[in-house]
Amino acid sequence: MRPLSMPFSPVSFRALFFILIALPLLSGCGFNTIPTQEEQAKAAWSEVLNQYQRRADLIPNLVETVKGYASHEREVLEGVVEARAKATQVQISPEMLTNPDAFRAFQESQAQLTGALSRLLAVVENYPDLKANQNFLALQAQLEGTENRIAVARRDYIEAVRQYNTSLRIFPTILWARFWYTDAQPMQTFTIAEENMQAPQVNFGNGG
Amino acid sequence: MPAFRHGLVISLCALFLGVAFAVAAEIPALTGRVVDNAGLLDAAAETQLTEKLAAFERKSSDQIVVATIRSLDGEAIEPYANRLFRAWGLGQAGEDNGVLLLVALDDRKMRIEVGYGLEGTLTDLHSKLIIENTMVPAFRDGDFAGGISRAVDDMIAVLEGNAAELEARARRNQEQASDVDWFGVLFLAIWATLFFGGFAFAFLPPIFGRKIGPNRYRWLGMNIDYGRKGGRRRGNSSWSPGGWSSGGWSSGGGGFSGGGGSSGGGGASGGW
Repeated sequence: MRPLSMPFSPVSFRALFFILIALPLLSGCGFNTIPTQEEQAKAAWSEVLNQYQRRADLIPNLVETVKGYASHEREVLEGVVEARAKATQVQISPEMLTNPDAFRAFQESQAQLTGALSRLLAVVENYPDLKANQNFLALQAQLEGTENRIAVARRDYIEAVRQYNTSLRIFPTILWARFWYTDAQPMQTFTIAEENMQAPQVNFGNGG
Repeated sequence: MPAFRHGLVISLCALFLGVAFAVAAEIPALTGRVVDNAGLLDAAAETQLTEKLAAFERKSSDQIVVATIRSLDGEAIEPYANRLFRAWGLGQAGEDNGVLLLVALDDRKMRIEVGYGLEGTLTDLHSKLIIENTMVPAFRDGDFAGGISRAVDDMIAVLEGNAAELEARARRNQEQASDVDWFGVLFLAIWATLFFGGFAFAFLPPIFGRKIGPNRYRWLGMNIDYGRKGGRRRGNSSWSPGGWSSGGWSSGGGGFSGGGGSSGGGGASGGW
């Protein structure tokens, strides 16, 4: 009985040895890059959604508070409520990030909500009592903080997508994209220019 | 004309350096807990502030850093503060418990940027109130040192307000510092020895060793016999386990550095 007698020739030993060495090296030449960056971009997208949701959650309270002081600004208030309803309807899951139309719809609905909100905050300037209200101040601070978090989340997402999309096009990861991750598509990213985002910030001159 | 060529090379190098600095210049170096590049604090106030912040970090592991700069160069304060926060990595990694108090003198703007982990304690509203009620009035009177110092007191008061949470966070970070090291090293060392040692003796001697008989090899001063029941017999082996040294955490020491935390844009801004 020879329990430890060699079942392989030294040649196949050498092959096994090479495979054991080569497996870790595979990750060194970019095999893991595409899935890793894809997951990072998806996580960054979840953070974008999270912050937009946080903004949407603040709005009912804000509208109620403003109504208490400026109930006759019906048009502006309804504009915000409507834009919020639309914006919460348009949702995209991480799988839909490669779809340009869905992404554009999402982006536009959120931009409309941003516009409606800034119209509301412009109107508020005419109500000194409201501006001094503690509840309103708290909501305003949270809204400002949330807008800033949205900006940070969007920037992180844009960066993550840039890295992912670049990996799909450069050597050596393009080889893996072509031959292995054949369903990997470039993701969409925010394109609305800054001036478009700010366009609705018009003071309507009714402040005198 | 070698002089000219030297001059050219040097000026080219200077150009590249200039480019490199132009990109990096916007983020000042993290020289301590108080980075007073705008010169708003005198030496005594700076020392006092540094000690206060160091004492608070020892107690809670929260890192508060005060930075003043002259100008934002046209950038808005929010993205700049976020970039600065992330570049410095304030707060402990994974805990993200850092706070950055940034003052831009020429732009007359200030911001309290709060790391992810403290957003629930030092909320946007707290930050806003500290800016509006503490900093802005003092800054309007030109009392920068007083405004910054009182704002730091306020922030510490808010962060200390939730005492149970504060202690839990401090404990978590101390445990991390001593635990992870030992378990990691022991676990890896034992398993690596068992796993790779077995593998190595199973098939390395036939490849690298010297054949001294049928199914017998000599490798690394050991005679290894694959044929015999009961495994291999070792000759006088010169193999000894080399000791390993655990790194140890170099906390404290001379300089101050961020713990690798990050911020998602929490906090508030204001101007005076």
